[in-house]
Amino acid sequence: MADPEIKSYAPHHESQSAAVTESRPAKAVLMIVTFAFLGIFLLLPLIVVFNEAFARGLSAYTEALTSPDTRSAIHLTLLVAAISVPLNIVFGISAAWAIAKFEFKGKAFLTTLIDLPFSVSPVISGLVYVLLFGAQGLFGAWLKAHGIVILFAVPGIVLATIFVTFPFVARELIPLMQEQGNGDEEAALSLGANGWQAFWYVTLPNVKWGLLYGVLLCNARAMGEFGAVSVVSGHIRGLTNTMPLHVEILYNEYNAAAAFAVASLLAGLALVTLVLKTLLEMRYGAEIAATRGH
Amino acid sequence: MKRFLFGVATAAGLFLASSQAWSADTLLNASYDVGRELFAQVNKAFIAGHPGVTIDQSHAGTSAQARAIAEGLGADVVTFNQVIDIDFLVSKGLISADWQKDFPDNASPFYSLPSFLVRAGNPKNIKGWNDLVRDDVQVIFPNPKTSGNARYTYLAATAYAKEAFKGDDAKVKEFVTKLFNNVPIFDSGGRAATTTFVQREIGDVLITFESETRGVRREYGEDKFEQVTPSVSLLAEFPVAIVDTVADEHGTRDLARTYLEFLYTPEGQDIAARNGLRARDASVAAKYKAEFPDVRLLKVEDVFGGWAKVQAEHFAAGGLLDQTYGSR
Repeated sequence: MADPEIKSYAPHHESQSAAVTESRPAKAVLMIVTFAFLGIFLLLPLIVVFNEAFARGLSAYTEALTSPDTRSAIHLTLLVAAISVPLNIVFGISAAWAIAKFEFKGKAFLTTLIDLPFSVSPVISGLVYVLLFGAQGLFGAWLKAHGIVILFAVPGIVLATIFVTFPFVARELIPLMQEQGNGDEEAALSLGANGWQAFWYVTLPNVKWGLLYGVLLCNARAMGEFGAVSVVSGHIRGLTNTMPLHVEILYNEYNAAAAFAVASLLAGLALVTLVLKTLLEMRYGAEIAATRGH
Repeated sequence: MKRFLFGVATAAGLFLASSQAWSADTLLNASYDVGRELFAQVNKAFIAGHPGVTIDQSHAGTSAQARAIAEGLGADVVTFNQVIDIDFLVSKGLISADWQKDFPDNASPFYSLPSFLVRAGNPKNIKGWNDLVRDDVQVIFPNPKTSGNARYTYLAATAYAKEAFKGDDAKVKEFVTKLFNNVPIFDSGGRAATTTFVQREIGDVLITFESETRGVRREYGEDKFEQVTPSVSLLAEFPVAIVDTVADEHGTRDLARTYLEFLYTPEGQDIAARNGLRARDASVAAKYKAEFPDVRLLKVEDVFGGWAKVQAEHFAAGGLLDQTYGSR
């Protein structure tokens, strides 16, 4: 079902012929520049993080990670991701479905709107919720009257996280679904499947790799978000302090080893995401290339 | 898929239902950004004497804290390191205007001062404020436009100069300008300035609260740095207050008062002194005399006529700070 057009976006070893036009020295220079750049800006900081984390020895490292404040920060971070990622999966699939499979007025506007969190500074994303739900905000008085706490509590953190992460799944799926068109679904429907079956047995399998990509990226950002969460958190130990916020506070009070220990957990998470992504590509490379159109 | 949808619905339901429950046995203390260790110890000691009580802690820059409380952060008490940030809450009607009379010593159970940290052996022989304007000395402190810590440094230097030049405003301005000219980098906060001084090894002297210099030495090596206490500096209060609206809503006023009063007890004072803050209690102060050299402390009220006036004359846009800072 993969048409040749899509195939040309496949991993680079298949299209290596394009590089032959470059001269050898130019290729070497490009390679050196790329590796030096990656080494300085990506690898070196990573090494520094782990180096600092273990600067006071292994026992200080484990002690930092098992302290009650750190443990509750880890719990909260996982909880926030566990709520916001599934919600964004539902949202991402619905939005991509609507945009890719239907024609309606304001479609371009909706697509732009989905991109908004990418273009807005996270701090602003957080402040928006303060303006909406803060005591002096738009809904502040109503919320207070009904005893609902959103800001400076878990709901506020979840909302801010959903806001900054919601483009990830949708963005991954929209071009994919658009490229695939309605053909497969129409075939399924004409063969007697109902709408739900068409979605479950045709659409979802077609987009599963794109979806997985989106989920991985969404999850990484949900756990690592700092700016927006910092604004709405209230920074209460054991209640509303996420891992990135905990790193900052430890660092600020001259506890670098503990700060970097927690940071190394976050870095480890990023590495796991990266490894998962690479494994997926290696194991299912051809299939991903076929279903993933961009 | 159905199970998945059920999971999502449950999560969403939990999320909507999770509002925080307040109880009369729980206090939220909104505090300054580097006070975590101090209040971890204070709370442990307090709870030992008041079983069943829970103290939650929130730490961030106090201007951000004050803003968060105004927007609904349910802090029963504040323990800040800036008086003006409590005044902000007074202006919002959350704290009564006479809060400084609510507790002894202007509602500041302990205090500190802008003090100096120099490199081991004090190679530039820095003893006091007048050494900071020497041509061969580089001074590190953060940007007073963004850092409360640096505002104290600015005010302390100004207070010193006012006294040294007997109120000659032109000379005071010249002194402060010279001091600013000796600062190679203005970082945005105290922590960043410390990094500049300690890790990038820029500058001969770091000016920060005396209570923080010990944290720096512990983290980066006791033998690498020396504390120098100038003979005169500015009193930096660590004000505390009950947030009236919140405490009344939570029914925690009595507990909040007991908690803040605990900071004045010998036990609370001892914990503060062990964390680098100067104690008000005479017996505790005597016990830690060796760690806190004598210093004559000027007060903002006496030198500048109070924080409101400082804000208007020095820190407001176009004020004296802008004139000095802009002339760099």
